[in-house]
Amino acid sequence: MWLWIHKFGSPPHAYRLLGKLAPWFGWSALALIVGATYWGLVEAPRDYQQGDAFRILYVHAPSAWMSMFTYVVMAVAAGIGMIWRIKLAHAAAAACAPIGASFTFLALATGSIWGKPMWGTWWVWDARLTSELILLFLYLGYMALRSSFDDPQRADRASAVLALVGVINVPIIHYSVEWWTTLHQPASVTKLDKPSIAMEMLYPLFLMMLGFQLYFGWAISRRLRGEILRRERNARWLQESR
Amino acid sequence: MDVQEFLKMGGYAGYVWSAYGLTALVLLWNWWAARRCETNEQLSARRRSSVD
Repeated sequence: MWLWIHKFGSPPHAYRLLGKLAPWFGWSALALIVGATYWGLVEAPRDYQQGDAFRILYVHAPSAWMSMFTYVVMAVAAGIGMIWRIKLAHAAAAACAPIGASFTFLALATGSIWGKPMWGTWWVWDARLTSELILLFLYLGYMALRSSFDDPQRADRASAVLALVGVINVPIIHYSVEWWTTLHQPASVTKLDKPSIAMEMLYPLFLMMLGFQLYFGWAISRRLRGEILRRERNARWLQESR
Repeated sequence: MDVQEFLKMGGYAGYVWSAYGLTALVLLWNWWAARRCETNEQLSARRRSSVD
């Protein structure tokens, strides 16, 4: 196990491995997202209450899920970097931030587009929407904090603290619909008992979520390779490899 | 399938298509930005090694 961590934690090994994995992530993500889009827009039955507007769900829920997932990955990576002083983990955390921010923006925007015809308003300050907006600010704050340091090691440490403190927001987002009275509907998929959504509507959603997950895998591989090159600019392996 | 009906999205065309369009834009932006992040660093690494 330790050997494995050590091997993966070595930048040249990670660089090559990510380069091999990225195309697999990329092509399978493309196939799944295209397939799920077709299924969600064409094949899935119309909702009896929300009509065709419910189809926004297929892009809204996966992006909202990814906005939280990416944050947890970022915080875990930052924590590993802090505790074991693994530079690669800090690099991974840094690579997560712009991807997570874009998913958060997408979740907020598509939610707003859904809210207008369904709730009659683009935005309300309810707990779910507000905590998701805070998530966006956490990502933006993280990136701003990083870029305010010239020394990458100081940037790593300071931003890791922010990432770890901010992770408290993730369960708040998830449980906000239960803890407070919100306009946002409660969870219909991630429940312990049976999901309260018809299976034929659910399959394309799962497909899309998986597609987004793989897409994240592709994006993080590419960005992390860039981060590794930037941090390892004077390393010998890089100069020997050409 | 009636294409006209499909495009109308039961009267929600503006909402549904703008949500999907925005999603496509954000995914494409991510694709472009991640690629650029990698290729820029590859180029500058190559440039450095040719100067050395």
